[in-house]
Formats: sequence, C-alpha cells, structure tokens
Amino acid sequence: MSTLMIAISLIFAIAMISAAFVAIYAKRIAIAILAAGLVSLLASVMFLFLAAPDVAMTEAAIGSGLTTFLFFFVLGRVRGEKND
Amino acid sequence: MQWILDLSGGLLLIAGSAFLLFGGLGLVRMPDIFNRIQAGTKTTTLGTILILAGAAFLNPQWGFKLLLIGLFLLFTNPLSSQVLARAAHRRGGDKSPKATVDRLAEDLPDRRSRVRDSSASGEHL
Amino acid sequence: MVETLIIIAAILAGIAFLLALGRFIEGPTAADRVVAFDVLTVISITFIVFSALIEERGIYLDVALVYALLSFLGVIAIARYLEGRF
Repeated sequence: MSTLMIAISLIFAIAMISAAFVAIYAKRIAIAILAAGLVSLLASVMFLFLAAPDVAMTEAAIGSGLTTFLFFFVLGRVRGEKND
Repeated sequence: MQWILDLSGGLLLIAGSAFLLFGGLGLVRMPDIFNRIQAGTKTTTLGTILILAGAAFLNPQWGFKLLLIGLFLLFTNPLSSQVLARAAHRRGGDKSPKATVDRLAEDLPDRRSRVRDSSASGEHL
Repeated sequence: MVETLIIIAAILAGIAFLLALGRFIEGPTAADRVVAFDVLTVISITFIVFSALIEERGIYLDVALVYALLSFLGVIAIARYLEGRF
C-alpha cells in the first residue's frame, strides 16, 4: 500500500466521519438516510482499497443500493404525500 | 513508442481531474440548485470519461471494461441529472433572484399552482 | 513519470472530493445534498480507477461498474421520493 493510497484512504475516512455526523444531526429524516447511504458507499470503497473486491461489491449492492432504496420506499409509503 | 502512450494517458488523467475540480468548485460557488446541477453533473461526466480514456491509454488490455463504464456513465448521468432537476422544480426549490425566466412553469400552469400551494402551506425542501 | 502524473491527478480529484463533501455537509436543501451525493460517487469511481492503475489489478474495474449502476439507481430513487411518487 503506497503513500498515495494511504492519503486517499485518509480523505475517505474524513468523508465517512463527516457523513456520519450529518446522519446524526440532520433535521429531516430523508437527509439522514442519504448520509447513511453515503457512509456505506464510502465504506465499500475502503474495502476495495484494503484489497477485498468481493466484499466491496456486496457492500455496495446491499448496504448502499438496496438499503437506501428500501428506506426511501418505506418512508414514501408511510408518510404519504407530505414528507417533512 | 511506449512513452508516448504513457505521457498522453497521464495528461488525459490530469485533464479529467481538472474537470472534476472545476465541477467541485462550481458545486460550492454556484448560487442556485439548478446551477449546481449544471456544474455538478456535466463537468463530472466529461471528467470521468477523460479519466477512463487516460486509463485505457495507460493499460490497453482494460479497454473493453473501461469503454463499458464510460458508455454507462454517458447514458445514465444526464438522465439522473434531468430527473433530479425535474424533482427540484416540482418541489419549488429556492431560485436565485437573477433567474427570472421559468419556461417549464409557464408550460405547466397546474403544477405551478400546486407548487405555490405547497410553498404557501409552509412546506419547504 | 506515470506515477508522478497519477499523483497530480489524484491530488486534483481529492480537492474536488473535499469541495463536494463541503457542499454535502452544508447544503441547505435536500436536492443540493443529492447533487453532492452524485458528484461524490462519480469521484469515487475515478478513485477506484486510480487504485486499479496503481495496484495493477483489473478486477477493481468490475466494482467500478457496479458503483456506476448503484449510484444511478440511488439518485433515481431519491428523486422519485422528492417528487412524492412512491
């Protein structure tokens, strides 16, 4: 793992922590779901940098794609027309 | 001959990254959601395709996969930006005071009235 | 020579990543955050291509293809939610 990869991993770690704080402190629940999906997406990039492409693919498909889609689907069904 | 391919591939990488940088700068500096959509999607589409071309120059046996990723991004990125802009317009997001012409709202008077109603009832994005 | 050019390109893309992250944190409306999310995923795809170039492993590009598909589906789902169409 070269120096450049470590620097890129640091940038991604900062982004993950920032997105986690956004997910905690967001007022609207849609923004919290979006930030949680971003945390999962960046986590799968970190898995890829740690030389595990299969884990990265599974994390991107399940953690980011399916979970975010399912949360937005259920949120739209529960709240109906007006979504705060 | 190898150094010509390497040099052109590296320069394509730097050009694509410069386009990405301009996209990020426009995303921060633009005043309006529609301007941010313009700056954030067009420049990143071109920058990513330039970077994929540079990677294909540097490593020619990956050409087919890189071409597949580039074609997919070229087809889906403008589509997602258009869907997002339509959603933002329908929700009646805040516009810059310099944006005075709104042709889509002129074409769709019923939706404009619906947006006005939802904004009058205190519901914002 | 190629290493130096890749390092310069990665630094430029890293600055773009941090700018888009600032828009994601600050962004006043939800649509701003969705645009920043889209830009962050596209820049992540370029970082995956950079890591594939550095480590000389072509299997990383498959993950990049999955990424492009998933970011597209995510943005479409969020836009449909913002329109209130679910």
